[in-house]
Amino acid sequence: MVGAQDPVVARQLVKKFDDFVAVDQIDVHVAPGEAFGFLGPNGAGKTSTMRMIGCISPVSSGELRIFGLDPEADGRKIRARMGVVPQLDQLDNELTVMENLVIYGRYFDLSRRDARAKAAELLDFVQLTERADSKVEPLSGGQQRRVSIARSLINDPDLLLLDEPTTGLDPQARHVLWDRLYMLKERGATQIITTHFMDEAEQLCDRLVVMDAGKIVAEGSPQGLIAEHVRREVLEVRFGHGRNEEQVEKLDGIGGRIEALPDRLLIYADDGEAALSELHRREVVPESSLIRRSSLEDVFLKLTGRTLVE
Amino acid sequence: MSVLTNPAAATRIVPAVVFDVRRPQRMIERSAFVYRRSWLVIVTGFFEPLFYLLSIRIGLSALVGDVDAGGVLVPYDQFVAPGLMAASAMNGAVFDSTMNVFFKIKVSKTYDAVLATPMSAGDVAVGEIGFAVIRGALYSTAFMLTMWGLGMVQSPWIVMSVPACILIGFAFASLGMALTTYMRSWEDFEYVPALTLPLFLFSATFYPISQYGNYAWAVRLSPLYHGVELVRAANLGQWDSSIFGHVAVLVGLTAVGIAVASRRIEALLLT
Repeated sequence: MVGAQDPVVARQLVKKFDDFVAVDQIDVHVAPGEAFGFLGPNGAGKTSTMRMIGCISPVSSGELRIFGLDPEADGRKIRARMGVVPQLDQLDNELTVMENLVIYGRYFDLSRRDARAKAAELLDFVQLTERADSKVEPLSGGQQRRVSIARSLINDPDLLLLDEPTTGLDPQARHVLWDRLYMLKERGATQIITTHFMDEAEQLCDRLVVMDAGKIVAEGSPQGLIAEHVRREVLEVRFGHGRNEEQVEKLDGIGGRIEALPDRLLIYADDGEAALSELHRREVVPESSLIRRSSLEDVFLKLTGRTLVE
Repeated sequence: MSVLTNPAAATRIVPAVVFDVRRPQRMIERSAFVYRRSWLVIVTGFFEPLFYLLSIRIGLSALVGDVDAGGVLVPYDQFVAPGLMAASAMNGAVFDSTMNVFFKIKVSKTYDAVLATPMSAGDVAVGEIGFAVIRGALYSTAFMLTMWGLGMVQSPWIVMSVPACILIGFAFASLGMALTTYMRSWEDFEYVPALTLPLFLFSATFYPISQYGNYAWAVRLSPLYHGVELVRAANLGQWDSSIFGHVAVLVGLTAVGIAVASRRIEALLLT
């Protein structure tokens, strides 16, 4: 049910830049406490949507309500309740880590004392207390992103916007970040996350929409989308470049659906092992094979015919 | 419900950003964070007036002799010092509001992060202009004290030269920031000295406006001229009704500059 004060309610939302339609009539509803994802490739309209929700980009047409308020009229009020982690860190390089957080708190009208106390608490939360007096520049990418997250929490936001929070981070830094975001979710903060990593969406999102070329092409929970659009498992087989497509006819009747990519075939099946045995029984022997669980990547591939990250 | 308590109604009547200024002091606070580690920059502010004034005193003053400043004969160094003080206020304000602001818009993206908070484009514009003015006021005070130390002060009214320079700072910082929002690349900054240098030279800075003869009207078009006249009046302690006109010009330019700068920052960053 859509509540009047819900974090985000969008109807027929459109963002245009001159003739280019970045966001094309999308309907979105985010409930309180939910972790909601926008999954899609670069240029799908995720960031444009996030900027409209963040009240830093005017809506071209359609309706957008954040906490029941209109961004055009009440942008300041809405932003006061929101934390934003932008795609590229916009930390203040002229200031130290601590000062970055304190001045940000001041933008939200925190008293100096409260801002300092909150900043210390948040640096502890993102495990950067010992870097408090360091400038931002010498920090690693993962550390800078953690400072960005700490800064976005300075006003105890009711809604947290994370635009590709782990893009460009190494695997270890990603996991540290996911862990912190999961802790925030447990505390009840509503989160909106954009990503083009399916594993990230599966890890972090209760519910998500898949975007492509400005439109929403699917909506549901990660597991629900996988169950709805693809089988439980995927058998990936490689026959060598350029020789994958010609194998398809020999595989008729195996699994649910077959996707031919230039470098490999994807065979969607409830039982990948059984599918592979059937391949061998028909004496179709691939150079290599791999059985894995289906992911949102497969959902995206089925819906758009393209892979997310190439 | 009155218009003032309903921002939605207000935005439909007047452009929102002109009046959407509530926390500019937070931008000033940010600058204070940045500069509290570089207080030396403030100290060096004394050097500029000292060198300028000494060079005039040593060379030109004796060559030129006394100058007629609105009916009063004053030694040349005392005539020219207020002109240099006003020009210095202009140059400081222009520097702070052009290169520094451009860097924050295009390179460091400082304002993008600020605008994601309850701060508005108007807060950013007024706050940045405000800091440029505060810094300028410190330099102007240094300039005034140096003049006094070198015996170039005619009247105790000289204390009014600092508020006069604050007006100059506001006008040029606002215009500079507005201009900066139209800059596409660093090359465009070549135009800045092309604008400020003629103002510096032809604003009755070095000789009275009477020297311009039939072209005095052109000098009156220079915003700096109005600043120079105010500072000079302060040094001579000679006030007449013309100062209202000079003040009005500087205040008017400030209003235009702030309005343009806020709206342009909004157009550039809130897309």
